[in-house]
Amino acid sequence: MSDKKLDYLQQLESESIHIFREVAGQFEKPALLFSGGKDSIVLVHLALKAFRPGKFPFPLVHIDTGHNFREALDFRDALAEKIGEKLIVRSVEDTIKAKHLTEPKGKFASRNALQTYTLLDTIEEFKFDVCIGGARRDEEKARAKERIFSVRDEFGQWNPKLQRPELWNTYNGKINKGENVRAFPISNWTELDIWNYIRREKIELPSIYFAHDREVLEHEGQLVAISKFITLEEGDQVSVKKVRYRTVGDMTCTAAVQSNASTIDDIITEIIATKTSERGETRIDDKVSEAAMEDRKKNGYF
Amino acid sequence: MDILRFITAGSVDDGKSTLIGRLLYDSKSIMIDQLEAIEKQTKNRKDGEIDLALLTDGLRAEREQGITIDVAYKYFSTPKRKFIIADAPGHIQYTRNMVTGASNSDLAIILVDARNGVAEQTRRHSIIASLLNIPHVIVAINKMDLVDNSADVYNNIVIEYAAFAKKLGLKDVKYIPISALNGDNIVEKSDSYPWYEGGSLLSILETVEVSNDINLEDARFPVQYVIRPQTDELHDYRGYAGKVLSGIYKKGDAVTVLPSGIQSKIKAIEIGGEEIEEAFAPQSVVLHLEDDIDISRGDTIVQTNNQPSVENELEVLLCWMDGKPLIPGNKYLLQHNSKLVRAIVKEVEYKLDVNSLEQEQAPEKVSLNDIVKATIKTASPVVFDFYRKLRTTGGAILIDETSNVTVGACMIVNSEW
Repeated sequence: MSDKKLDYLQQLESESIHIFREVAGQFEKPALLFSGGKDSIVLVHLALKAFRPGKFPFPLVHIDTGHNFREALDFRDALAEKIGEKLIVRSVEDTIKAKHLTEPKGKFASRNALQTYTLLDTIEEFKFDVCIGGARRDEEKARAKERIFSVRDEFGQWNPKLQRPELWNTYNGKINKGENVRAFPISNWTELDIWNYIRREKIELPSIYFAHDREVLEHEGQLVAISKFITLEEGDQVSVKKVRYRTVGDMTCTAAVQSNASTIDDIITEIIATKTSERGETRIDDKVSEAAMEDRKKNGYF
Repeated sequence: MDILRFITAGSVDDGKSTLIGRLLYDSKSIMIDQLEAIEKQTKNRKDGEIDLALLTDGLRAEREQGITIDVAYKYFSTPKRKFIIADAPGHIQYTRNMVTGASNSDLAIILVDARNGVAEQTRRHSIIASLLNIPHVIVAINKMDLVDNSADVYNNIVIEYAAFAKKLGLKDVKYIPISALNGDNIVEKSDSYPWYEGGSLLSILETVEVSNDINLEDARFPVQYVIRPQTDELHDYRGYAGKVLSGIYKKGDAVTVLPSGIQSKIKAIEIGGEEIEEAFAPQSVVLHLEDDIDISRGDTIVQTNNQPSVENELEVLLCWMDGKPLIPGNKYLLQHNSKLVRAIVKEVEYKLDVNSLEQEQAPEKVSLNDIVKATIKTASPVVFDFYRKLRTTGGAILIDETSNVTVGACMIVNSEW
């Protein structure tokens, strides 16, 4: 019987496929939130395993802040095209105009918080009852407590104290009118698991994940790409460095890491050796307060 | 490399969070920025060493009150294994959280304060581990430094616990002396206990054999979703998507669809669109049957020569998880794998004292955290095994139809359980 064993990546894969199918089985109008980042690319790969040769029982949805990396957007469009699935893009820019929202100010003015408005509007527009996302519990302490099926109220808010108990592999997707669910199929994966899976499955990624020359600003120990979205001040040190991205979010709130890693193997070697967490190294938006993520999630952030 | 899912049962006073912090810290799973964050907080709160417990308290209220409220999942790995820790609170008012964390665990670490020995909460945590049928238990006798690393103290606790474990029917129990605060016997074997012959806690976690816990005898496959592309080239394609919860399925196997009882044969098995010869637990696959029969989500495909029970009246051990009390006679929804069915809690036979296992017959009230033996009647038949035999087909949840909240965890038992 010893040959009938799954290794850890196969176990994780099977669990994620199971979650995908629970979403498809329990909900009327699911959506898969897809940004062109590595976690959502892995989600798409898992969805292919869950539903092929059938079509996905959901569209891919991207909430575009307007501050995204071009490489990620191109990859997003190319992948949707290649697999022949529907892609819906809604733009934060449009929401800002339509709702007269105030753009955040400052050096690294991030539209991260405004994303929530567009997401909630998109949910309303298409009557999505569940949004599938690529959040992982190892990313952050507040996420460590989140359920795989996480219920949000009418305002998209997460209430950490009123979470449903989640037992065995049974996910309760029953909701009241106005509520919706965020489903997280890769909750139990770590950053390293994602990379190892990408290597094993030979999953393609946008080029910015690999080392390349880029003009960056050094800011409090982090490297921020020079783009039209950030405001340079006198005395800012701008230089060209060989970097790669460990996570891909907005250009204004994602930092690059210095690296020569040009292959997945190189990246995995670097991640094993790193002493800084994924969010800690690359996210400018988490440093605000100890409970930054918890607060954003309570307000409907993904 | 495989996965070990374990739960740590204990409260702050037992040093549970310190233990987890220590495992993460000493196995180098804590990153510098995470450490900096807790160092900053430690400075804010009290002087002295960094408080490893802060690594696991995720919610603001938990940090402020210094307690664990909810189950938190923590991850680390060594070259041998990936570990998923369900960090659950230990106090009696959080029994439901421990039940939740225990439901997916292969192993429980039960923390015992060496000064107190087998205490009320040790018994409670062990009873829950036993009710949830966690296959492996490690009794970590902590704070050994406070009893002068005494072999006698340790041995007496082992003897007392062993007798209790036998009564509970815990199958695989291991013991280890530790000091979570000092890091003794956590990752490296410590010199503090020359009389202790076993390995460090991490080495036990790395070597506990869990693959045998997966049942490969009794094949159970609840259908989650039917794949029907209905395209020109795949006009007749009809695949049943689901996870093999237990057992093995091979091409050509004679199978029965329950609860209908219709028989067929497996025509093909696919995984990610590619055909394979056989599927085994816990693989997620697609099954194709020879005959064109009506199968939908909630049906279970089993081997014809090995069938589970099919009943619409279930005896269950029920852990009540809602603030509103359980009302016998009320209607609920029972979710059992992919099957969702209306259900009535007909009768509550007795309430279990989770500290002592004593039964209170016909309790007047069933409230949050109570564990009771009850009878549930369902609107249509449920395909199940007893929880003792198969956790995957013996567990179910109850949902309040008006709030849609998960209000109960059911373990299907026979009259003995």
